[in-house]
Amino acid sequence: MDFLIFKAPMLMVQASLDGILLGILFALIAYGMALQWGVMNIINIAQGDLVILGGYIAYTIYLWGIHPAWGVIISPIIMFFVGWGLYKLVINKVVDRDLFISILATFGIAIVFQQLMNFIFGADVVVAQSEYGTTMLFDNSVTLPNSKIFSAFISVLYAIALVIYMRKSKLGRAIRATAQNARAAKILGVDTEKVYAATFGINAALCGIAGALISITLTLHPYVGLPYTVRSFMIVIVAGLGNLPAVAVSGMGLGLFEEFADYILGTEFRIGAVFLLLVLILVYRRFKLSRKREYLK
Amino acid sequence: MEKVKQKDLILYSGLIILGLAAPYLFSAFKVQLTYLCVLIVLAMTWNLQGGEMGYNTFGNILFYGLGMYLTASVQVGMFFPLAEWTESGGEKTFVHTTAQYFQGIGVGLLVAAIIPTIIAGAIGYAILGLRGHYFAICTLGLGIAAGEIAGGIEIIGAGQGFTTPPFPAEIVDAEARGKFFYFLSFALLIGTFVFVRYIYSSRFRLILNAIRDNEDKAEAMGIQTMKYKIVGWMCSAFFCGLAGGIMGGLIGYIDSTDVAFDGREMGVFMVLMAILGGKGTLWGPVIGATLFHFFKEGLWTLILGWQYVALGVLIVVIVVYFPEGLMGWLREKYPERFGEVIDEKDRKAQVELK
Repeated sequence: MDFLIFKAPMLMVQASLDGILLGILFALIAYGMALQWGVMNIINIAQGDLVILGGYIAYTIYLWGIHPAWGVIISPIIMFFVGWGLYKLVINKVVDRDLFISILATFGIAIVFQQLMNFIFGADVVVAQSEYGTTMLFDNSVTLPNSKIFSAFISVLYAIALVIYMRKSKLGRAIRATAQNARAAKILGVDTEKVYAATFGINAALCGIAGALISITLTLHPYVGLPYTVRSFMIVIVAGLGNLPAVAVSGMGLGLFEEFADYILGTEFRIGAVFLLLVLILVYRRFKLSRKREYLK
Repeated sequence: MEKVKQKDLILYSGLIILGLAAPYLFSAFKVQLTYLCVLIVLAMTWNLQGGEMGYNTFGNILFYGLGMYLTASVQVGMFFPLAEWTESGGEKTFVHTTAQYFQGIGVGLLVAAIIPTIIAGAIGYAILGLRGHYFAICTLGLGIAAGEIAGGIEIIGAGQGFTTPPFPAEIVDAEARGKFFYFLSFALLIGTFVFVRYIYSSRFRLILNAIRDNEDKAEAMGIQTMKYKIVGWMCSAFFCGLAGGIMGGLIGYIDSTDVAFDGREMGVFMVLMAILGGKGTLWGPVIGATLFHFFKEGLWTLILGWQYVALGVLIVVIVVYFPEGLMGWLREKYPERFGEVIDEKDRKAQVELK
C-alpha cells in the first residue's frame, strides 16, 4: 500500500486524466460487447483476444514502415472479416443455445487465438511507436502522451459514427429490430442470419479499432486479452445493454478505478484489482436484485 | 445408502485391485497415474456443481490453488520461518527430516481441506446467489483474481514461485516418492468416489437436481436452495483443496498463475473432462477424465507447441457438437441400460410427431 497519491495532488490529476482517457477506450470495447450480447445473446470471452489481434494488425503495418495510426482504418476492415468468418465457423452454432455453451466455446476460441498470436508475433511485449510526443500540463508536473488523447478522440469519433449508422442505415435498423425480437424480425423479412454475422463482424471491427489504439498507447502481448474481456463485461453489466452514455461513463469510471488502484495498491495488483472488482460488482448486483425479489433469466 | 449390487461389487473390487497394482505394473508412469487420479477427483467434484446443480463454475480452481499454497506453507511454516524459505527459493538452507516431512504434509493436507471448505461456505452466500452466466463469469473472475493476488504476495514467493519441500533424502528407495504421492492421490480418489456415490444415492442429489431443473420451483416447494447450494460447494472445495495439496507436493514448485490458480489449464480441464464424459452422471467424469488424460498424454508430445491450439479446438468441438458427452450419447442409444423404461407406443407416437 502506498498512499503517495494523496500527498501529491498533481499525481491525482495525472491518474484521473490517464484513467478517463483509458476509460474511453474501454468503453469502445464494451460497446461492441453490448451490441453482440443484446442482439445475439452470447457472451464472447474471446473479445479481449480480438482486441489484441487488432492491435497486432496495427503493429504489423507499423513494422512495414507505415504509421501505426493508419491501423485504426485498416485493422477494423480486416477484423470485420475475421469476425464474420468466426461467426460462420463457430458462433452461429451456439447462438440459440445455453449461454454457458457460448461462454465455453468462445473460451476455446480465445485459447486458440492466444496461441496462434504467440506463434505468429512472438511472446514479447511490443508497442508501436506513434511518435506523437507528449503534452505537458501544470508546469510540467502532469505529462500526457498525445497518443492517449488521439486514441480517446478516435474512440469517440467511431462511437458517434456507429450510433448514427445504427440509427440511419438499413442494416442498423435490421440489427435493432433483431435485438428487439428476432422472430418477429424474421417474419417481417429480415435475414437474421446475415444480421447476426454482420453484428459479430461489427463487434470484431470495434475490437480492431480499440486494438490499434492500444498498440500505440499501451502494450501488446498475446496473453493479455482476458482482462479486456472482463473489463468490457463489467462495463456492460454496470451500464446495461444499449445505453451508450452509461457505457461511456462507466468505462471512464473503470479507467479511474484502475489508475488509482495502480497507484495505491501497486502495479502488481492492478489486474487482480480489476477481477476482484468484477466479483464485487456482481455480488453487489445480486444483493440489489434479491432485495427487489427479482431474478435473472 | 442403497445396497451395493453383486455386479457392482465385482467391478469396484476389480478397479481397486487394478489401482493398487498400477504403480507396480506401470512403474514408469507413476506421475501420470497420480495426475489421472487428481484429474478424476477434480472432474467429479466439478460435476457436483456443473452437472448436478446446474451452476457452471470456473471457480473450483480457487480451492485447488488455495489447497496447494496452504499445504506447502504449513509444511514449511511448521518447522522453519516461511519468509526466509521463499526468499532463498528453498535452496537447501533448511532441510526437513523424514518425520518432519510427513508430519508437515499430513497437517498441511488437513489445513488444505478445511480452510477452502470454510472459504467456500463464507463466500458461497454471496456468489451462489448469482445465476447462469453471471455465476460463470464471476467464478472465472474469482479464480483469476486469486492467481493475480497470490502472485503479488511476498511471503508465499510472489511472482518467483514457491518451492515445496523436497522429498526426504534419507529414504533411499528411488521409487518411494512416486509411490507415496500415487497412493495418496489414489486414497483421495477412493474417498471422493465413495462420497460422490453416497450423494448419488441420497436425497441431497435430488435436491441439487431440482435446483438445476428449476430453482424457483424448488424454492416454492419449500427447499432452502441456498443452504444446499452452499453445502454442495463446500463438498467440492474440500476435495479440490486436498487434490491441490497433493499436486503441489508432486510438482515440487508452485507458481501463482501457471501451477496453482491455473485457470488456463486445470480450470478448463475439469470442465472439459466432465462435459466429455457426460455431465450429471456418476461415471461420466471418471470416463471423461481418463479419456482426456490418455488423449492429452498421447498427443501432447506429438504436437509440441500446438497443444493449446489443439486444446482450444477440442473445447469448441466438444462443447458445440458433443455437449451431452459420452454418457449422454450412450443414454440416448441404450436407454434401457440406464434404467429408463420406455413405452414402445409412446416412442412410436413421438417419432410420428417428428
